[in-house]
Amino acid sequence: MATTINQKQNFLKGIIKENPVFVMLLGMCPTLGVTSSAMNGLGMGVATLFVLLMSNIVVSLVKKQIPAKVRIPAFIIIIASFVTIVEMILEAFIPFLYEQLGIFIPLIVVNCLILGRAEAFASKQNLYSSVIDALGMGIGFVLALTFLGATREILGNGSLFEMKFVAENANTFILFILPPGAFIALAYLAAVFNKLTIKT
Amino acid sequence: MDYIIILIAAVFVNNIVLAQFLGICPFFGVSNKVSTSVGMSGAVLFVMTIATMVTYLLHQYVLVPTGLMYLRTITFILVIAALVQMVEIILKKVSPSLYQALGVFLPLITTNCAVLGVAILALGMENASLLKATFFAVANSIGFALALILFASIREHLELADIPKGMKGVPINLLVAGLLSLAFLGFTGLV
Repeated sequence: MATTINQKQNFLKGIIKENPVFVMLLGMCPTLGVTSSAMNGLGMGVATLFVLLMSNIVVSLVKKQIPAKVRIPAFIIIIASFVTIVEMILEAFIPFLYEQLGIFIPLIVVNCLILGRAEAFASKQNLYSSVIDALGMGIGFVLALTFLGATREILGNGSLFEMKFVAENANTFILFILPPGAFIALAYLAAVFNKLTIKT
Repeated sequence: MDYIIILIAAVFVNNIVLAQFLGICPFFGVSNKVSTSVGMSGAVLFVMTIATMVTYLLHQYVLVPTGLMYLRTITFILVIAALVQMVEIILKKVSPSLYQALGVFLPLITTNCAVLGVAILALGMENASLLKATFFAVANSIGFALALILFASIREHLELADIPKGMKGVPINLLVAGLLSLAFLGFTGLV
């Protein structure tokens, strides 16, 4: 069964067809909460990618040892351990990002995307497929967050990755870096994504 | 006075869903009917209050004295998961109809970032105390309930609206949430 999976499709599904943000609506809290700039979106995406990859690996390795009844708590502990590692690494090496992302770092633990993949995929498939699945989903998440962050930063601040390309005192749509802008920007991006995926 | 400020700040100014983006999953998931959103709000109120009390005590009297603060995330999520299980068992026994209505979303309170988020935010309050942390949790769940019920009432009307094809479903819901959030932005500077 596991060998019949086409690994290329397995990888690509996370990026387009089952994109965690635009299609599956998983992990919405960090998606909306931290994407006020492209840099924050990228940082959050990579942190989530790391946790997703590691937890998928571990879950797939120990799936036979975990009794079915306590699998969810067991998955949560595995995920929480990796989140703690990410938290400590960020605090030590990238304090700027640690400050910016704030409460959303410990909240990676309750990102439905990670638990969802552990439950729906890694607990049923072999190690190799799980790694590919985590990479596909994780990269899809990173791309979506960076893209949303970039959109909001360009519209709201007139800059991209902190490089300003409008005049210092130019009027920008400040709304887009405020909370309502997150919902509105994602609404239109999701509509565009709908349109594109329905056609193909 | 402190407590009134906490209440207004949590419900209107820093609304947990519309300004802080915590608890977005149930916000979109169980908001198609007002009745279910009321039930969900009740469940969140209950879980969030108890979870914040327990995690606050745990942090203050176990993790801090033993210097194990880095275990915060793991312990908190375990406490919340256990509590949700408990609420599920109680609800199943006491109110089967509500249990039916909430269905799949009750276990999902575990992964409701609002619960864990408030538990962590409560630790960072100025001269925090158990009473203050508990009150903070209650205020935030009222904020959550307000946002959820408002949103559900609007969504009930959306079913009759003529919406462009591409905007149907997710995009229009996000847009409505954005407009609600915009309205709540008007409360900035209230406290």
